[in-house]
Amino acid sequence: MNSMPDSEITLTVNAKLHTLHAHPMERLLDLLRHQLGLTGTKEGCGEGECGSCSVLMDGLLVNSCLIPALQARNATIVTIEGLAPGDQLTALQQAFLDCGGAQCGICTPGMILAASHLLKKNPQPTLDEVREGLAGNLCRCTGYKQICEAVLEAGRHGTKSEAAK
Amino acid sequence: MNDRRIVGTSVARMEGRDKVTGRARYVDDMSLPDMLYGATVRSRIPRGRIKSISFGPGINWNDFVIVSANDIPGKNCVALIGEDQPCLADGIVNHPEEPILLLAHPDRHLLPEAVDAVKIEYDPLPAIFTIDASERLSQIIWGRDNIFKTYLIEKGNLDAVWGKADHIVEAEYTTGAQEQLYIENNGMIAAFDPEQGITVWGSLQCPYYVHKALMRLCGLPENRVRVVQMETGGAFGGKEDYPSIIAAHASLLAIKSRKPVKIIYDRLEDMSATTKRHPSRTRHRTAVTRDGKLLGGEIDFTIDGGAYQTLSPVVLSRGAIHAGGPYHWPSVRIRAKAVATNAPPHGAFRGFGAPQSIFAMERHMDRIAEVVGLSPVEIRRRNFLKPGQTTTTEQTIREEIDLGQLLDRALELSDYAAKKETFAKRNLQTPANNLSTKKGIGIATFLHGAGFTGSGERYLSSLVGVEACADGSVRVLVSSTEFGQGTNTVLCQIAAEALRVRYEDVSIAQPDTKQVPNSGPTVASRTIMVVGKLVQSAALGILHTLTTSGKLVDPYTPEEFRAACRAHVAEHGPFRSMSRYEPPEGIFWDDEKYRGEAYAAFAWAVYIAEVTVDLVTYGVTVDDFVALQEVGRVLHPVLAEGQIIGGVAQGIGFALYEKVIWDQGRMQNGQMTNYIMPTSADLPPIRVFFEELGNVHGAFGAKGIGELPMDGPAPAIINAIVDALGAPFDSIPLLPEDIFDAVDSLPASETEHATVDGR
Repeated sequence: MNSMPDSEITLTVNAKLHTLHAHPMERLLDLLRHQLGLTGTKEGCGEGECGSCSVLMDGLLVNSCLIPALQARNATIVTIEGLAPGDQLTALQQAFLDCGGAQCGICTPGMILAASHLLKKNPQPTLDEVREGLAGNLCRCTGYKQICEAVLEAGRHGTKSEAAK
Repeated sequence: MNDRRIVGTSVARMEGRDKVTGRARYVDDMSLPDMLYGATVRSRIPRGRIKSISFGPGINWNDFVIVSANDIPGKNCVALIGEDQPCLADGIVNHPEEPILLLAHPDRHLLPEAVDAVKIEYDPLPAIFTIDASERLSQIIWGRDNIFKTYLIEKGNLDAVWGKADHIVEAEYTTGAQEQLYIENNGMIAAFDPEQGITVWGSLQCPYYVHKALMRLCGLPENRVRVVQMETGGAFGGKEDYPSIIAAHASLLAIKSRKPVKIIYDRLEDMSATTKRHPSRTRHRTAVTRDGKLLGGEIDFTIDGGAYQTLSPVVLSRGAIHAGGPYHWPSVRIRAKAVATNAPPHGAFRGFGAPQSIFAMERHMDRIAEVVGLSPVEIRRRNFLKPGQTTTTEQTIREEIDLGQLLDRALELSDYAAKKETFAKRNLQTPANNLSTKKGIGIATFLHGAGFTGSGERYLSSLVGVEACADGSVRVLVSSTEFGQGTNTVLCQIAAEALRVRYEDVSIAQPDTKQVPNSGPTVASRTIMVVGKLVQSAALGILHTLTTSGKLVDPYTPEEFRAACRAHVAEHGPFRSMSRYEPPEGIFWDDEKYRGEAYAAFAWAVYIAEVTVDLVTYGVTVDDFVALQEVGRVLHPVLAEGQIIGGVAQGIGFALYEKVIWDQGRMQNGQMTNYIMPTSADLPPIRVFFEELGNVHGAFGAKGIGELPMDGPAPAIINAIVDALGAPFDSIPLLPEDIFDAVDSLPASETEHATVDGR
């Protein structure tokens, strides 16, 4: 990095407020991994192609390798570590386990965040909507079928829990 | 009494919870105090002598640790099969991206600029980049003749068949390099302690391969090298041999600096510098009767190994043995050859030579069918291997496999006959219909041998342990690694089933050469069949100890087992039961003549692909894919299905998307932006079906599964495209521009393509 001075970056990550000092062009991915120790966010390509570093920023799905620190100022970030409280799993995480949605696991955090974003926008997606919705997240192990099944399963579960209310 | 079967059910993935919560620890998630970051200075030319190395201005070089070949304490080689590949180039480079120097610094941000500031001057030497150029010996770049390895497989009297043939069918087929494209790039951390020696933690498939390479490189004894596998984010063969190089580099920097060193490749470096699937060329010349029976054939199978030998001899062997497909050849001559070029060495990738030679065989079967005037279904049916017949290496098929029946089931599942007819009708171009797409359906039938070839398993002599723990649970001790396939889960299922305890009562140790015995490399579809069987027998050793000591009486409940185990450990301390591989009786293999029992078991499959070719864009869509296989007993249905779908997806990429663009031996598209793998939106429904005929070899009747699904998709898809367009395609990857070129150059009568806007 060049010799620009560090900036003060205040941001909320997984419901905790942090004030960090970083080069303005430092990647959000590195802030999360190196400064906050949130290593659940993975780097796959470093150029926004694979989606492994996906996180939610102000409710939007972003590739954290493409977000400079300065842009994350005052943002609210959710990473895989912030998805479920404590030792619990969300219905989506459980569905990934049950359906075989995670193999090697490296794309899984990003994939789960992308899927949870999708389900938030569209709680009961069709298979084609899931395939389209996850097309920005690459997985080399699964061929995606069991990932899609997990998302559909979580969608059904979500609808059931809504109905139970 | 617990009669619940664990094997055959889809228990939770052992490390699944950590993976869905982001807690799983991969090498880049780990740091050590005072750790430096390492980087590699690589050759920019394909071949030449290094004249000078200088360190450019503007960099405070005193802050960097710099390692060259002179710093290597032991032998400058990457010990594997041969020792021809240097760990760091010493005076001469033989391929682009060859490592020359290593740098380390506490601030990783300073490394890229420093790497660029190292100036290397070369005296370039002429280089060669293709199989043809290597064979012509236009330059000798390796050994005396550029040949890493040859094999000759001969069966029957081939010379006598040509005169009896009604048809002689000849053709050539080629396949391109393919990048494994695991989503986790390669990485390694090394630490050195003068007393303890070297420890490395990394993303890898084969801890004991790395262990062997480090001993040789560092001149250290066995007990002063320790290799630990971290969670590994995909491998597919791509982390079989190359991790030894990165471990070596990190170790050299750690030895020199006396600090831990982490090397993590970025995507560009990983794709440009590490191994890929071997490009191949296969020539078939086949004698056939008028009713479509194979009389004999000559198969020349040649692969491009890149600049050093690495795993090429073994890849070649598997490719050669699979080159005849699942067919009965009364006579055959298979000549196989791995040649050197000035490209980075090609290596292991799921299927290991077989996807290349099977692509050729399966395209050739369709070509033979056309010459003889039979359907693709019938030509295969008439030539399938049957129990009692012998393969090309004269291995007698003892399994009760009925390929005809397997084919029938796949035809039914895919609705083949009806589709074939419908497509043929709808593809007819008339002035009225202005056809914008054509549709086709294609078949591939194939086999894949499980485990190491021939005497391989005997040489490996794998050792496995199961340990009784203080809490009464048991722990599986193997160097077999998990990288997505489900090793952890299925080996624990096997131990639980053998002991009749709960799955939750079994755990598996992290692969660490200080803790686990050498159960062999995690390759060759061997883990469940070979290692699983050893886990089963080692587990029974624990049971034997508990019952002979009188602490456990059969029948027992899992709770009683646990209590007995706990009591025994409390009295005598933790104990282990070990089990070593012993070859099955009556296995014959001749390494010289390449004859005999090549594999303890084969998996069998019929894959059927349905495609649409767009006549405007020449894009191909796979609309439906049926994958039917016989892999012995399916031990975990969800994982098994996941293996098949994932393999088919990679096979679709191999056929239609994944093209490595080479220039002077360098990959030009080493990014995910321009090397394209399938996304979730690209793939068809991949419909997976299993036959379970039972098999005596593996644990609870399982055979190998991991590599099989890579073999069939490419030929099935290309056969479907040929069916749609009526033009022959014999080379993959087949991209829209290739289809455009081929279709465009055909006479209009052969294939009339759509006219767009009056063109």
